[in-house]
Amino acid sequence: MTVTPHTRYLASRYDVVIVGAGPAGMAAAVAARERGAERILLVDREADPGGILLQCIHAGFGLHVFDEEITGPEYAGRYLEQVLEHDVDILTDAYVMDVSPDLRVKLMSPDIGVSTVDAGAVVLAMGARERTRGAIRIPGDRPSGVYTAGLAQKMVNLDGYLPGRRAAILGSGDIGLIMARRLALEGVEVVGVFELLPYASGLTRNIVQCLHDLDIPLHLSTTVAAIHGRDRLERITVAPVDDERQPQLDAGWDLDVDTLLLSIGLIPDAELARTLGVQMDGVTGGPIVDGCMETTRPGVFAAGNVVHINDLADWVSQEAVVAGDAAAASVTGAQRPRQDVRIVPGDNVAYVVPHTVASDGTHTLSFRVRRPITGPTLLRLGDVHRRKLRAAVPAEMVTVKVGPKLLEEVRDDVLRIDAVPAEEVAT
Amino acid sequence: MTTDLHDRATPEPEDATPQGDVETHAYLCTGCPLGCRLEVDAIDDEVVEVRGFSCKKGERYGRQEHTDPRRPVSTTVWIEGAAIRRAPVRAADSVPRDQIRDVVEALRGLIVPAPVRRGDVVLRDVCGTGVDVIVTRDLDRVR
Amino acid sequence: MTGPHVRDVVIVGGGVVGVTLARQLARYHLDVLLLERDAEVGFGVSKANSGIIHSGMHADPDTLKGQLEWPGNVGWLELRDDLGFGFAQVGELLVALSEEEFPTLDALEAQGERKGVPGMTRWDQATIRAHQPNLSREVLAAVWAPTAGVINPYEAVLLIAESAAHNGVEVATDEPLTAIDPPADDPGAPLVLHTPQRRIATRFVVNAAGLFADEVARMAGVGTFTITGRKGEEYLLDRRLAGLVTSIIFPCPTATSKGTLITPTFDGTIMVGPTAEATDDKLDTATTPDGAAQVFAAARRLVPTIDERDVIAEFAGVRAVADTEDFVLGPTARRGFVNAAGIQSPGLTAAPAIADHLVAALASEGLELRERDDFVPEVEHPVRFSVLPDEEQAELAARDPRFARLVCRCELVTEAEITDAIDRGARTLDGLKFRTRAGMGRCQGGFCTWHCLELLAERRGCALTDLTKRGGDSWLIRDRDDAPPTPVEVGERR
Repeated sequence: MTVTPHTRYLASRYDVVIVGAGPAGMAAAVAARERGAERILLVDREADPGGILLQCIHAGFGLHVFDEEITGPEYAGRYLEQVLEHDVDILTDAYVMDVSPDLRVKLMSPDIGVSTVDAGAVVLAMGARERTRGAIRIPGDRPSGVYTAGLAQKMVNLDGYLPGRRAAILGSGDIGLIMARRLALEGVEVVGVFELLPYASGLTRNIVQCLHDLDIPLHLSTTVAAIHGRDRLERITVAPVDDERQPQLDAGWDLDVDTLLLSIGLIPDAELARTLGVQMDGVTGGPIVDGCMETTRPGVFAAGNVVHINDLADWVSQEAVVAGDAAAASVTGAQRPRQDVRIVPGDNVAYVVPHTVASDGTHTLSFRVRRPITGPTLLRLGDVHRRKLRAAVPAEMVTVKVGPKLLEEVRDDVLRIDAVPAEEVAT
Repeated sequence: MTTDLHDRATPEPEDATPQGDVETHAYLCTGCPLGCRLEVDAIDDEVVEVRGFSCKKGERYGRQEHTDPRRPVSTTVWIEGAAIRRAPVRAADSVPRDQIRDVVEALRGLIVPAPVRRGDVVLRDVCGTGVDVIVTRDLDRVR
Repeated sequence: MTGPHVRDVVIVGGGVVGVTLARQLARYHLDVLLLERDAEVGFGVSKANSGIIHSGMHADPDTLKGQLEWPGNVGWLELRDDLGFGFAQVGELLVALSEEEFPTLDALEAQGERKGVPGMTRWDQATIRAHQPNLSREVLAAVWAPTAGVINPYEAVLLIAESAAHNGVEVATDEPLTAIDPPADDPGAPLVLHTPQRRIATRFVVNAAGLFADEVARMAGVGTFTITGRKGEEYLLDRRLAGLVTSIIFPCPTATSKGTLITPTFDGTIMVGPTAEATDDKLDTATTPDGAAQVFAAARRLVPTIDERDVIAEFAGVRAVADTEDFVLGPTARRGFVNAAGIQSPGLTAAPAIADHLVAALASEGLELRERDDFVPEVEHPVRFSVLPDEEQAELAARDPRFARLVCRCELVTEAEITDAIDRGARTLDGLKFRTRAGMGRCQGGFCTWHCLELLAERRGCALTDLTKRGGDSWLIRDRDDAPPTPVEVGERR
């Protein structure tokens, strides 16, 4: 039995070409097929479909999509079964080099060489990449032993190698927290997690289960101010930061570690969107999309972390269902609603996805607050509508459903969203 | 600058404490972004009162976390003859929090031959928990 | 005791000067050994600098630096044609931000003319704006010098060394010089050198030991100069900013430095730097918050939109500055011991001319130069898949499927390029990176590091855990404590 049938012959034309076979790409493929697209090509860089899910061996996946808590590889496996049942061409070990404005997709793979296929629609589902040391500019030496958390996760979980013996983790994002636990359980001493912000970036659940359970300290408002070591990492200087987030070196201290993992955020891996010339959102780093997850270039759709960073794979897949469905509709000539309402981030809202929606449809809006509101939170949707949340923190994406009733009342075709502490608007 | 979030740890039981006294334990609720700081009053395992929650789920979590905290556990085992060196596995059900390390230790050194399929059991009743450890990814035999 | 084998020349130091000299000596019937203490050549000063081949106008013609700068520039063109490393003559613009700097423009232009640098012209504001619209409005005038270029210095050093090796030079890495025996009673006796690996007898020694050239000279008993380190920090900006400037932008120089430059690198990123700070520790290549602040303040005076937030990588190099502030080249009081020291800016530019100068010096000391008729100046040029036209890419991929398997996405580097680099001698992750650019892009190796390591281990026949970032103690990963004594069998990924 073969786990993944692998396409060795490419058609010259596909209804939908999907770039990336992670939780977004696989969901989009299934949805597009169900909506009537005939020929679908799903392309992935790695040898097996699944994307980053395959290295996320921890639980926390599937509650929304499969109604059951499973691990990343299981989530990928279940989706892959659906993809296979839906007769989708899968090309792995392949890379999409370019998509032209008229949707000619240039790709390379050892099986097919460099070749071009025409696409009726393209779904961008490339996911995200990790921010690196360069992005946050930690001064000091450049020894070995400084890894992004995701790279460490790959080497530990897939290949069974350890990054070192004594590690510190910069950034309290979920991958960093999860790697703190993984390393601690595999016999690497984890001296602490350091977070620049005054609050944790990861989910509360991970703070408790990855740090508290294993007695790993979390240092808030603290950063790595310098890296020392000529060959291998020998030492880091950590220091508390002031209100401007600048390290206070005189209050800093040194830690002997041979490993530093960076979990300092993800960035949409949206180069393909950029080269296609679609409009980008400066806050998310991903393309601007409408209620069908279509970018500003007709026929090019996007979903998942390439659009904005999600907390849960389930949400990525749900978003990709919208994209896959609409991509299929766009090639089958189905009537598509006009995207007539612009969604605008207001008070304490960093961004909202999608950026426009159709007023006669029902949509899930996803957004993040800029600053944490650690108590009852009021969402203002336009002038009239109010929703209550128990709290809203940047670490957790907020989703709200809006329907025609609300959207048709919107004035000037703009829906502004604010998230403010409930007590502030009591009057 | 250790955050007080970390002060979850149950106060050390003191020998002098007479049995039957009410002690207060602190937990951080994981149910939602609110992250409520729960206070659980209990006489040993008998919960008297949960405070600090904002919803029913929070109260239930406080009780559970005090009386029988359980966790999902995942790790990896050696796999022979697949394209990668480690096969991902998990406890099929959650296990007592205090046994997480034991479960991972019990799997250390274990080698399974490829192929494996999702759901294959690699270890039954791990550490007497009554929970099996299962593979979470299909891995073919290659070459 | 003394082996029968006496070398003609031992070059101590595999930096740009050492390898370029080695390649020039390979043109003759000579037995040449190059000793490099690091894991690969070019891992010292030569890899961490601005990567600029200067126009030729900068250095004072009354110094060795000034005399060798322009001929060096010319020499690089020939090397590039023979070896195929990244080098492009993008030209430089020396700009004045105030009228007080106009005399400096005059002086440098005159200096260039005296040295025979062709093509220099004076630009007014309108011309500057037309060519470099992103420069500050404060730029009042400039000297345009088309002869300046940008180079991938590490790639160049590696290929020059490869060419030298192809033509019979023994290139020994991970082999530091530890001692030189005192002169023997017989003045005609060879010099005897020691490394941890062996004892070497040779007629001539060329001291191209960079930052440690003063120590090597002392080993030979001719420590007549000292080398101090002058650190330069450099900051690389995202490729997205390609085109921000299309030539190298120089401010008017100060006494110790040519100032902070803005350089469009050969690979299409923008580099800003360097600083110029004296350092007691010659191996101190740490970047600092002060250095960054200095660089960006200076850079913004030239191009106001430059922003720290676009940094994708930073590094520092230490220039080897002799107390004479000039190159220290030529014979010494110790018979057979020749210096090639104090190679600070414009050392990279001058390197081909330095090599010629040293060959002449060796000849005048008695090294007989009989030209070989089988010297091969070219090496097979490394393929750069990413810059090839579509048809050539397709053709390569059809011929060799490894050209169709991508390893580094940010820089579009294929498996064939990686394996070629390994076959050409890459032993470390950095060595692979410098040869192929894999891991140099915006994700800084997040995706390709693992694949690079797997290919290195596979082709070099070693364990992943044996690999290093750049030799020495720069190990990368370790095995699990429960690893079985016989490694588990792993199949082909595909």
